[in-house]
Amino acid sequence: MSDPEDLSALMRAARKGDDEAYRRLLLRVASWLRAVASRGLAAAGRPNADCEDIVQETLLAMHLKRDTWDETQPLQPWLRAIAHHKLVDHLRRRGFTDHVNIDDHSETLAAPASAEAGSALDTRQMLAGLPERQRRIVEGISIEGQTARDVGVRLGMSEGAVRVTLHRALRALAEVYRKDRT
Amino acid sequence: MRTEQLVASLVADRVGSARPLGRSVGQALLAGAAVSLVIFAVEFKPRVDLAAAFATWRFDAKLGLVLSALVAASAACLAMARPVITVQWRWAVLPVLLIAVAALGTELAVLPAGTWEARLVGSNALVCLTAIPLFALVPLTALLLALRRAAPASPALAGAACGALAAAAAAVIYAFHCFDDSPLFVLTWYTLAAIPVMLVGAAIGRRLLRW
Repeated sequence: MSDPEDLSALMRAARKGDDEAYRRLLLRVASWLRAVASRGLAAAGRPNADCEDIVQETLLAMHLKRDTWDETQPLQPWLRAIAHHKLVDHLRRRGFTDHVNIDDHSETLAAPASAEAGSALDTRQMLAGLPERQRRIVEGISIEGQTARDVGVRLGMSEGAVRVTLHRALRALAEVYRKDRT
Repeated sequence: MRTEQLVASLVADRVGSARPLGRSVGQALLAGAAVSLVIFAVEFKPRVDLAAAFATWRFDAKLGLVLSALVAASAACLAMARPVITVQWRWAVLPVLLIAVAALGTELAVLPAGTWEARLVGSNALVCLTAIPLFALVPLTALLLALRRAAPASPALAGAACGALAAAAAAVIYAFHCFDDSPLFVLTWYTLAAIPVMLVGAAIGRRLLRW
């Protein structure tokens, strides 16, 4: 993240309802997280297979907790704190308790986006834990690329109801990650 | 699910994006304090000489103390609820300290040393020690629940800050009941009453506010 001003601006635009700004922000953060998680796993001597799980868990946390960003502060330290928290949490669940310092790797924020490495939890396995309606909504929007309105028409729900259910599904997914103690 | 696919769902989810943290905390505090006010009105009632009390410097200093403590605790609670704790909230503690030092200095200057102990012990210490935690109970619960949405750097510290805020709100309410206005009494017993509330907040927060 070579230009922190820009990231803060993207989040501010996202808060005002600019979906495209939010998408760009999330994708940029995802590629940064990939580098951070990769290095964190390497430092802890863990296989890189968990990388994408950490990326997704952190993105979910960042999304669900985005109200805790104080607009008067830059976004970058807030992002780094959430990434650090989730990385430590992930490693701790796997019995790794040593200190993990992601500040060492902050310069990788500027690194070019790396491709997804490491496999995310299997889609079916991860979504299988959700109630039927929540699962179909996440599948519709994420995997089939439909809009909330399209999904609503297909499931006979209003767009608002789809969004409320989607929010519940995302909170449930965050819990799936948190409770995952493999 | 691939990360780009997850992002599509995150972007589509616009629920709860327009609720600043400060508003959630404020609403929780008001709702909790409203219940405490009912308990206060039914079981405790304001002191009978309330109107006269406003004219005394001790009562005014007491109000100044509890209200500035409320402001300081609100700032601390909001700061502790975030992943990155900024230190500006510490400035809000300054008025509390200034009022405390000024009130205590005045009290010690105007009272003969022989009466200090009687003022410190007062006549309501036990009531104070039960009423403040009692009034803090519902606000603390409401605040802890509100902070589950947050992402505290330290869940235990955030819980303690919720306890401090709940205790400060309770102290504001209790101040209108208690006859003991001496800064010696207020600084001693109100503080002692707040400590268990903060400890309970920290203990619950440590588990409840993990994310």
